[in-house]
Amino acid sequence: MVTSPTEETEITAQSHTTKCTSPLPVVNGASTDTSQAPVVSAVESPAADGDADGLDLSLMKKKKKKTKKAEDGDDATPAEGGGEDAAAAEDGGLDLTLKKKKKKKTTKETEDDFAKKLEALELEGKDGEEAAAAESDEQTGDMDKGTGIWEHDETKPINYEPLLDRFFALLTQKNPDHASSGAKSYKIPPPQCLREGNKKTIFANIADICKRMKRTEEHVTAYLFSELGTSGSVDGSRRLVIKGRFQQKQIENVLRKYIIEYVTCKTCRSPDTELNKGENRLYFITCNSCGSRRSVTAIKTGFSAQIGKRKKMQG
Amino acid sequence: MSIENLKTYDPFAEADEDTGKTTQAQESYIHIRIQQRNGRKTLTTVQGIPKKFDHKKILKVIKKEFACNGTIIDEAESKGMGDVIQLQGDQRNKIKDFLIDKDNGLGLKAETIKVHGF
Repeated sequence: MVTSPTEETEITAQSHTTKCTSPLPVVNGASTDTSQAPVVSAVESPAADGDADGLDLSLMKKKKKKTKKAEDGDDATPAEGGGEDAAAAEDGGLDLTLKKKKKKKTTKETEDDFAKKLEALELEGKDGEEAAAAESDEQTGDMDKGTGIWEHDETKPINYEPLLDRFFALLTQKNPDHASSGAKSYKIPPPQCLREGNKKTIFANIADICKRMKRTEEHVTAYLFSELGTSGSVDGSRRLVIKGRFQQKQIENVLRKYIIEYVTCKTCRSPDTELNKGENRLYFITCNSCGSRRSVTAIKTGFSAQIGKRKKMQG
Repeated sequence: MSIENLKTYDPFAEADEDTGKTTQAQESYIHIRIQQRNGRKTLTTVQGIPKKFDHKKILKVIKKEFACNGTIIDEAESKGMGDVIQLQGDQRNKIKDFLIDKDNGLGLKAETIKVHGF
């Protein structure tokens, strides 16, 4: 436990240096710590959260918070040291693995209150982990077959990481839709652009894209025309004919803007939304996954300059 | 003596004044648009530059800086869209930088500027 104060200061020092440049330095530190000690990560994640919160506040007054942070660390170290000693005395006869784990833990804590709580938690969980360590470090077994640690009668606690793996495995297995909606991004087929003659562009798969976005073609077309500053029409096979030369990339950019503005939910980022006309001529987006509702601006064309046809205008 | 918490405030009063303000704030967006002309040629239109600036002077500076021609389309001609600065070519990025620039430009906020087009 001699190393704990130095490591403590090291962490604070790190946050000092990085504070000027990046807004979330402690989170970085926390993440590296958790990666070092995966066994405790479940217990310690609240600590990381707490730190992050504190830092968010600190963005307002950088200097002040910094000094306070240092004080926190200073306060924490002695008290923690006391707690550590007690704990160390208690598990004096333990094997190396446990000790190592303990050391890691000490590097984490910054607030002594929390440290004590953690201490208690650790002590509770110790017995079980001891057994696990004695058994052998590896936690193997086939999850599907229910062997090894996954056996029904198995009483020894399972480590955090295999449990997490199990969670995601089960999630993808039982509920593929849910898992994919969280992990995968929203996909829309790329717009197909053909050139008709020299001056017109055909946007071929607009119907498909609209269906995917759950928006009416009229709305998308109106947006496209107003953004591109042109006009156009719909041809026999429901393709959109746009006046002017446009490349696929350009249409794609406009579509992306449309999705950001009129499709994705601003609260939960889900694209599973509906656009309805609410009261008094306003359009509202209702999110199907989080239930939020917000109004969106109507599509406005704005000023468009008179191009060509000068003679007709005058005549 | 007035206590902040005890001020009379009627929650059911018409919120007309508030809404009026918000619509004004919405109106104060600056729209930068692009239009295609024949061939590779384009036009850039800038709509909604605040009235406190002298549009003619702005145009003069812009024309020199961007090396392009342009005109001001006044309210009568633009059908109620207000004064519009119209420039030749795709000047969207340049004009946006100019509007935001504090030293040599207008020093407007980037959030009030909306760039349209592809």
